[in-house]
Amino acid sequence: MIGNLDYSILQIIWWIIASVVGSLFLFLNFVQGGQTLLFTVPKGEEEKTLIINSLGRKWELTFTTLVLFGGALFAAFPKFYATSFGGAYWVWMLILFTFIIQAVSYEYRKKECNFLGAGTYEAFLFINGSIGILLIGTAVGTFFTGSSFSLNDYNQVTWQTPYRGLEAARNFFNLSMGLFLVFNARVLGAMYLVNNIDHKPLTDRCRKSAWISFLWSLPFLGYVLVNLLSMTGYAVNPESGEVFLQKGKYLQNLFACPAPGLFLFGGLILVIYGVTLTCFKGKNNGIWFGGVGTVLVGLAVFFLAGFNNTAFYPSSYALQSSLTIYNASSSHYTLTAMTYVALGIPFVLAYIAYVWKQMNNKQLTIAELREEDELY
Amino acid sequence: MVEQIDLTQVNWARAQFALTAMYHWIFVPLTLGLSFLLAFFESIYVRTGNEEWKRLTKFWMTLFGINFAIGVATGIILEFEFGTNWSNYSWMVGDIFGAPLAIEGIFAFFLEATFFAVMFFGWNKVSKGFHLFSTWMVAVGSSLSAMWILVANAWMQFPTGMAFNPDTVRFEMQNILEVILSPVAISKFCHTTSSGFLLASLFVVGVSSWFLLKGKHQLMAKRSIIVASVFGLLSSAYVGFTGDEAAYTVAQKQPMKLAVMEGLFQGETNAPLVVAGLINSAKEPADTQKPFFAEIKIPGLLSLLANREFGSFVPGVDDLVYGNKEHNIVGASERMERGKIAIHQLKTYKEAGKNGDTATAEAALIAFHEYKDDMGYGYLNNPAEAVPPIGLTFYAFHIMVILGSIFPLVFLLFLFFSFKGELLYQQWLLYLGILSVPLGYIAQQTGWIVAEVGRQPWAIQGLLPVTVANSNLTTGTVQTTFFIFLGLFTLLIIAEISIMVKQIKIGPEEE
Repeated sequence: MIGNLDYSILQIIWWIIASVVGSLFLFLNFVQGGQTLLFTVPKGEEEKTLIINSLGRKWELTFTTLVLFGGALFAAFPKFYATSFGGAYWVWMLILFTFIIQAVSYEYRKKECNFLGAGTYEAFLFINGSIGILLIGTAVGTFFTGSSFSLNDYNQVTWQTPYRGLEAARNFFNLSMGLFLVFNARVLGAMYLVNNIDHKPLTDRCRKSAWISFLWSLPFLGYVLVNLLSMTGYAVNPESGEVFLQKGKYLQNLFACPAPGLFLFGGLILVIYGVTLTCFKGKNNGIWFGGVGTVLVGLAVFFLAGFNNTAFYPSSYALQSSLTIYNASSSHYTLTAMTYVALGIPFVLAYIAYVWKQMNNKQLTIAELREEDELY
Repeated sequence: MVEQIDLTQVNWARAQFALTAMYHWIFVPLTLGLSFLLAFFESIYVRTGNEEWKRLTKFWMTLFGINFAIGVATGIILEFEFGTNWSNYSWMVGDIFGAPLAIEGIFAFFLEATFFAVMFFGWNKVSKGFHLFSTWMVAVGSSLSAMWILVANAWMQFPTGMAFNPDTVRFEMQNILEVILSPVAISKFCHTTSSGFLLASLFVVGVSSWFLLKGKHQLMAKRSIIVASVFGLLSSAYVGFTGDEAAYTVAQKQPMKLAVMEGLFQGETNAPLVVAGLINSAKEPADTQKPFFAEIKIPGLLSLLANREFGSFVPGVDDLVYGNKEHNIVGASERMERGKIAIHQLKTYKEAGKNGDTATAEAALIAFHEYKDDMGYGYLNNPAEAVPPIGLTFYAFHIMVILGSIFPLVFLLFLFFSFKGELLYQQWLLYLGILSVPLGYIAQQTGWIVAEVGRQPWAIQGLLPVTVANSNLTTGTVQTTFFIFLGLFTLLIIAEISIMVKQIKIGPEEE
């Protein structure tokens, strides 16, 4: 069956798969959000250790999802991979640096003779959770505002600014997208800790923190939404493949099919519901509503950027260099082969869910940490 | 045309990739092998119920975790570096090369990441059986991860299962099974993973030897030594067997690499194997200088190993650069001429297509197809550029082989004296066990140097030189990230070694 699918259908399927992986990454950013709470929410070393050990049992899932997001884009949309990573060099390098320093921090922070001191590793975690996510958000923002690059006949990218992608942070829309993701990650992080930790003084502070972060996220979310739905977007003529600017493009995309609109508003409502449950109802399960909501909002963002004849990685410098899911994808054969491979994803998700349930069936307590000989 | 980039920038990009890959490769082999050793140790614990084996497992697991973390940290950059520093490569071969990386993410990394948490923190949360299963899954995931990245790397050494599409100006996959099951991929996977098993066995033997010398944790050390020596001995034998197979595939698919590995300039029938030698670094292809100042050779052995046939012809650097009509070898010089025609015809095809000149485009396309197999050579400026650095490849290869020949003896000696119950009295052997650990790391690094330096000047063997594969960046930009990586990774490795040494000194938890 998969072998008979049209090229364009496969391109759509792979944009959906990439969007799902990207959106799951945004949910799993609760790890990064939790890391930014380290210096403000816990009181004392034990509470800090509790937070780090709670997040430390999940950090690799987020990290791996980022790697898979990169791998999926490389396999399915290699022109995007080549253009964005080779062009916006500094923004991606800085993002990667923040993940490199994160990867050692959990393991090394509490170990004796760790050379840099526990505080440095905690700072690494904070940098990953704040600057890392901020830059990822600004990079996602460029899916709508465009980047300054051109491609030649051989698809070699020339970036038009010496800042190599960092210039995206000068655009308030991109910056708002980044700041929204940072605060949303903090909301998710706080809600996850409430769910995973049994230590009332700490979880009470997490609930308060979730609310404050949620309030901080609102102006940036509002700015992003208002601008997204009113901005001129990068449309593609489906016949000729020509890219042109169209007023209200993303508003049109929102109503072109029901999915993005339902995902966007449904997702936002779920996040709000999750925050309400956590902050005002004393419940521990807000993370699930917030998490699903975040995934849905992420899907809406990626669908608005990529579907309905839209350039998902537009060039503001040379319109016709803009990338669409059709001109940036792998060949028909590769997408077909990779679609067979993707049939394994539900199996992977199933064992992750099973193990998650096994490991999280009891909340983490300070007493448990005192008994553990393997600690972060 | 596809622009060639400033050589200085390319060299910095190569240096950066080499730096990050070599740092990463310090940690990966230990992860590959130690994960299986943990699975063995824990299996014995579950089978016997003896808590001593659990303590032993947990001790090695702590060291595994310290190593694993920095392996992950240094690994993420490699995947993305293909895009950041080799963007033209990413476009031109992403259709093929991206697939194994994505499959690695889906099927290997998640296996490792998911069960890693159970392995470390699940002792009191899941059943004994499920914990053991998780430890095995981490081991299987690590090797699966190695498999997919090595499939990708093998494809760079021996591109297969694809065709060049002049319309998209890229190579496109035609047969994924050919990519996955290529002989180079299989031999590379077997050789590389088993070398990781060997290194981890050396590591366990080395650390345990230190405990015995210090008179600490003797029971744990002796048990660790027996399991690791058996695993190491079997792995060493397999490394030797797969090394022979890997060299054979190199001879068949990358004859230039084999020629420089052996310092063979003039091809010979009944070619000798150079066991050791002092390379004449001033030697150039086709000049009259001797390739070695001094060497020890075994007559005829290279022909046998390279072609599985005594007296067969093994091409040398000169034959591969300038051709050898007698043996039907087309040299790089002739392939360069053909490649330049291919490049010209591709350019004509693209321009005619843009101008709507169908007749010219069709003619150019026909001509292009005739010469396209040599297109990569068209980007070389001099046929001698097709020769990888000889000294580095030669010495790295020989150091790897010599060290690889010593390790089985080390394991045999440890097993012999263990079973005789005299290990504690053989201090020289315990010191040798400790010394073998750095030697194992040197063998690992030299192995990678052979594989990657021996592939130069190609990013994709014979198809895409590194000068065409990289990103359009300034030299200063790449220099900056090079030094950032150098500084950051050096800091992290100091931290890693410092923590590792401390944890070894602390030893296993008390009963």
